[in-house]
Amino acid sequence: MKSFLSCSVAALALGLALSASAPAFAEDAGMASAKAAEYQPDPDAKEGGAITVTYKDDVSTLDPAIGYDWQNWSMIKSLFDAMMDYVPGTTELRPALAESYEISDDGTVFTFHLRKGVKFHNGREMTADDVKYSLDRVTDSKTQSPGAGFFGSIKGYDEVASGKADGLSGVEVVDPSTVKITLSRPDATFLHVMALNFASVVPHEAVEEYGADFGHHPVGTGAFKLSDWTIGQKLTFEKNADYWRDGVPYLDQITFEIGQEPIVALLRLQKGEVDIPGDGIPPAKFQEVMADPDQKARVVEGGQLQTGYITMNVTMPPFDKKEVREAVNMAINKDRIVQMINNRAIPANQPLPPSMPGYDKSFEGYAYDPEKAKAMLAEAGFADGFSTELYVMNTDPNPRIAQAIQQDLSQIGIKADIQSLAQANVIAAGGTKDQAPMIWSGGMAWIADFPDPSNFYGPILGCAGAVPGGWNWSWYCNEDLDKEAAKADSIVDPAKADERDKMWSDIYDKVMADAPWVPIFNEQRFTMKSKRMGGADNLYVDPVHIPINYDYVYVTDVQ
Amino acid sequence: MLAYVARRLVQSLLILLGVSLITFALLYVLPADPVRQIAGRSATPQTVENIRHQLGLDQPFIVQYGRYLLGLVQGDFGRSYLQRTEVGELIAARLPASLELMVGAIVCELILGLTMGLVAALKRGTATDQALMVGSFVGVSAPQFVVGLLLLYVFAVRLSWFPIGGYGSFSHLVLPSLTLGILGAGWYSRMMRSSMVDVLRQDFIRTARAKGLRRSAVIFGHALPNAVLPVIAMIGIDIGMFMSGIVVVESVFGWPGIGQLAWQAIQRVDIPIIMGVTLVSACAIVLGNLLADLVTPFIDPRIKLQ
Repeated sequence: MKSFLSCSVAALALGLALSASAPAFAEDAGMASAKAAEYQPDPDAKEGGAITVTYKDDVSTLDPAIGYDWQNWSMIKSLFDAMMDYVPGTTELRPALAESYEISDDGTVFTFHLRKGVKFHNGREMTADDVKYSLDRVTDSKTQSPGAGFFGSIKGYDEVASGKADGLSGVEVVDPSTVKITLSRPDATFLHVMALNFASVVPHEAVEEYGADFGHHPVGTGAFKLSDWTIGQKLTFEKNADYWRDGVPYLDQITFEIGQEPIVALLRLQKGEVDIPGDGIPPAKFQEVMADPDQKARVVEGGQLQTGYITMNVTMPPFDKKEVREAVNMAINKDRIVQMINNRAIPANQPLPPSMPGYDKSFEGYAYDPEKAKAMLAEAGFADGFSTELYVMNTDPNPRIAQAIQQDLSQIGIKADIQSLAQANVIAAGGTKDQAPMIWSGGMAWIADFPDPSNFYGPILGCAGAVPGGWNWSWYCNEDLDKEAAKADSIVDPAKADERDKMWSDIYDKVMADAPWVPIFNEQRFTMKSKRMGGADNLYVDPVHIPINYDYVYVTDVQ
Repeated sequence: MLAYVARRLVQSLLILLGVSLITFALLYVLPADPVRQIAGRSATPQTVENIRHQLGLDQPFIVQYGRYLLGLVQGDFGRSYLQRTEVGELIAARLPASLELMVGAIVCELILGLTMGLVAALKRGTATDQALMVGSFVGVSAPQFVVGLLLLYVFAVRLSWFPIGGYGSFSHLVLPSLTLGILGAGWYSRMMRSSMVDVLRQDFIRTARAKGLRRSAVIFGHALPNAVLPVIAMIGIDIGMFMSGIVVVESVFGWPGIGQLAWQAIQRVDIPIIMGVTLVSACAIVLGNLLADLVTPFIDPRIKLQ
């Protein structure tokens, strides 16, 4: 889960455009390479040309072990590669630096066979030692990686994370082109983990040379290499002519201009000076853009793996009463909130977004019914309502959404004071026991790191997250559900993927029966591009590459 | 003179120490936990504690502050929590842009302010005088982000005379300098006007007139040089104003200076950057004031440094 450092509704990360697809899975090399062949190159694609992408904020780092915001996520994807990645524009896993892989029957041993002849940007060939080095590095506590926890299922993780061991005992170099990874427990999501940026392969000599500044001097195996970085102004990516995937990337150069307000970027896009406004369409201009057919034609819409929700702290009275939480669920007019943000989202009734495997289409949730909510509140002993606090991040549109929630709550007699704070302060309040009775998650909402239903549970709804400094702001902890979750994630067999998804649906249905959240909406993603940009629409709402898949898009005005 | 400078420098150091202590304390009591931000959502409590220990954030306040000062003395501002880059490097990379903007703003405010003040003083009591003084009042009172957006909209978006924000060429510099300069021009026009009115009343001006000099010779040869010097001595104090102004103006115009850096760091609660920018700004303000005081006796020999 990415922590979105400063984001508006306009441009959140990791979306998902496609219908639910079970995590790809292959038991033998044959299946794995069949997957790889699924992507058909675009016959109209043209090679060459340069594009300009703008952002408001500085790029924080390009170190794949550290970078974890929606801005550097796809930049890092174009500079580095991991064992696995996804078929462009989809959520389907395919082997990347691994040519093929095998999984043991019990689901605890993953053997990756590396592609031969893959070179780092510094010219050296990548080997199995680099893979081990990279995994050891990302889990080492000295690296301070926000993604280290994803590798918790690898044997020896605890020893490395606590500094007792230097390397993961579960990662073995069998020969220069084979890596064997042993897990301490079966993990159905492990191939997704091996596709995360955190699993990117880095050359040890470059990391050692630059030390803590590696994030400003990235060296990977990716489709592009960093050629210039002027702090606070721009970054330039050049095409990696030696890229191991044939035919890509199409573009010769990408320039990222920094420090441009979204509204300025939009004006420059109209003048033809910008190709992709990285921060999206500013909310204030959204209706204007969508009302103009010429501009609307250049907007690509897609879903994303995101849910915006209200948490109710189940350890704080009166939210310790289930009836109160249910009443709040019925009191919120979600359609009106969606309208408020110009229909850039769809109303939600459960934690999982619709495009996520395990989403329960038949689940009805709590319908909007203020009368019934009021009755339930009276039944729970609060006929006259009560006073509480609603915490919210202080950037538009979140305070406005909080006001709508406040109005809805007042209809059933609940008086909610809005505490509008900077993001870090809301996060701190949520992670402090008995501090924030209600939080609107906007601007900090959960967005999946990979398309798997388990990604919405552990830290935000499981017992593990209900700790001081945790992200389970409801402080909801149901040990029975934790056990069911662990059981679901131990099902590694691809033949049972549907069964596993069903188990996850049940878990979320049971969560909603206890109503620790009010799911409000799932945001849609809108990417705007210049006229000359070419390539399939799904490359512009790529679920993994935000805002666009730099490796596969092209420009139409080159020779 | 030397003793005075030395005493002022010691005072300046004490002021900076105070600024660093207050800022550090304010950021320390902030409820946001930087370690949680670094560690990310998937981190275990153990990882969080590890990172806290590595950054020394588990130490008592006085130890943390002491370490920071120790680093500072060696010219080390620490590393940004989120960018993981040296704060000194980030500031050094952005300082030239801010200085460029400051020079632009000083030029703007002097040209505008001195001209307005001069004209107002010469036309004292007329409608022109009043119009100019109302104008300067508006300049002083208007919020800079409003002025900035207004200039941006009219001259960049509507008229396309200047680029819409950004950095690089001279034309990029004009609008942000003007935005910053309008505020200063308001102050300068008022000071220039009163200074000029004062000088015009002096005996030597009457003498100059009496000996038959042309009006323009009296104004530009005798009155102006005397009136303008005390006004110019204020530039040092202006630097403090600029430091607060650049945070807004740089953000509006996408100007890659330290104001923009500060604004981004505040939003992300990136404490080492906030500390670094605050100290650099405080330094500039203190030095600016010192400079203003040191220059004054050269301009006006009647003033002596004590």
